[in-house]
Amino acid sequence: MEKRELKSIIEALLFTWGDPIEIKDIASIIEKKENEVEELIEEMINEFDYNRRGIRIMKINNSYQLSTRPEHYDWIKKLSSPKYTKSLSNAALETLSIIAYRQPVIKSDIEAIRGVRCDKAIETLIERGLVVELGRLERVGRPILYGTTDLFLKTFGLESLEQLPPLEDFNNSLDNIDLEK
Amino acid sequence: MEYKIMIDVFEGPMDLLLHLIDRAEIDIYDIPISLITDQFIEYLHKMEELNLEITSDFLVMAATLLEIKSKMLLPQREKLENNQLEMEEVDPRAELVRKLVEYKKYKHITDKLREMESIQSKVYYKPKEDIIDTFNDDFELVDLNIDDLLKALNNIIIRRNKKAKVLDVREIQREEYTLEKCVSEIKERLNRENTIYFSDLLKEDSTKSEIITYFLSILELINLKYIHVVQEEDFSDLIITKK
Repeated sequence: MEKRELKSIIEALLFTWGDPIEIKDIASIIEKKENEVEELIEEMINEFDYNRRGIRIMKINNSYQLSTRPEHYDWIKKLSSPKYTKSLSNAALETLSIIAYRQPVIKSDIEAIRGVRCDKAIETLIERGLVVELGRLERVGRPILYGTTDLFLKTFGLESLEQLPPLEDFNNSLDNIDLEK
Repeated sequence: MEYKIMIDVFEGPMDLLLHLIDRAEIDIYDIPISLITDQFIEYLHKMEELNLEITSDFLVMAATLLEIKSKMLLPQREKLENNQLEMEEVDPRAELVRKLVEYKKYKHITDKLREMESIQSKVYYKPKEDIIDTFNDDFELVDLNIDDLLKALNNIIIRRNKKAKVLDVREIQREEYTLEKCVSEIKERLNRENTIYFSDLLKEDSTKSEIITYFLSILELINLKYIHVVQEEDFSDLIITKK
């Protein structure tokens, strides 16, 4: 089958499914190898960007999903009442960032860094589907290990955990602050 | 005037401490512990005045600061040949600084994450097509008659009966033989006869619970010293006589 035809089938699949769809599922549908599919989609992502298409293909770990572009938000919102999502509290976000960089991590380690109890924050994050229990640490008390989910990546527009902004050394961030002043 | 100051809300003692250090524009690696401790405690007092709940975390931090402060006041020990003592000469602030630096890293990244989240929240996704329902809608109600309906109903009933058996609700037997009833029966019979055998009390089709209840009545009556029970040999019948 022609490459162009394959790409158009993939686009149709992404559109129909709506939710993130895994590479392996696409591969089994169009009967191609996973790495071929990945290559095709990477090309599509570039083509979509190059042609300034109104939709883009987002990568989340091993899945792909269609979405609009954030810069079009101001126009899209005229269609309906503004999208309202309750953003995370500072406590929850702080906890989330520690989990994101340190996963798998146990609660007491998070609390040691933040200097406060984190039960409530962790509960919120789990409720929101941003954090899951990964298992238990084989240690006294078998504490729960926490990690982030694919929804976390999606919420923050990350392809994978490697794309997290680097945790800056404190000295660097101090320089940045000085520059801002 | 001070009473009207709205104080910032901090995520915890670390957050407050960082704020104080930033405000004083001091090097985090060389904290003037006395000054910061005073400011920290002053803040706690403000919280008290505003009737804010001071969590134990804040108190622990205040105590830590005071401990460090007092350690700093102590004269530095002179270096001894002993290496172990050198260990103790580490700056008392070191542990706190290490924690603050660590916390600051995450606090900084938190701002970045919030920014990323706000960009990503401006994105729309398309809901998944309801593919399954589309297929289910396709069945047509043609070429059916009342027999088919009956068959379908029967199938459901059969399935249901099977399920009911699987369920196996355990019956709870109503106690037919109460202790009181058996005790009074034994007493009655002993009034008529001098001696009765335990086996006489039971019928051929006595249930387990019946046997147990009779046996318990006998034990009860022995306890009340109303009867006397003997057994001619092991496992033989119980011979019951009135005392």
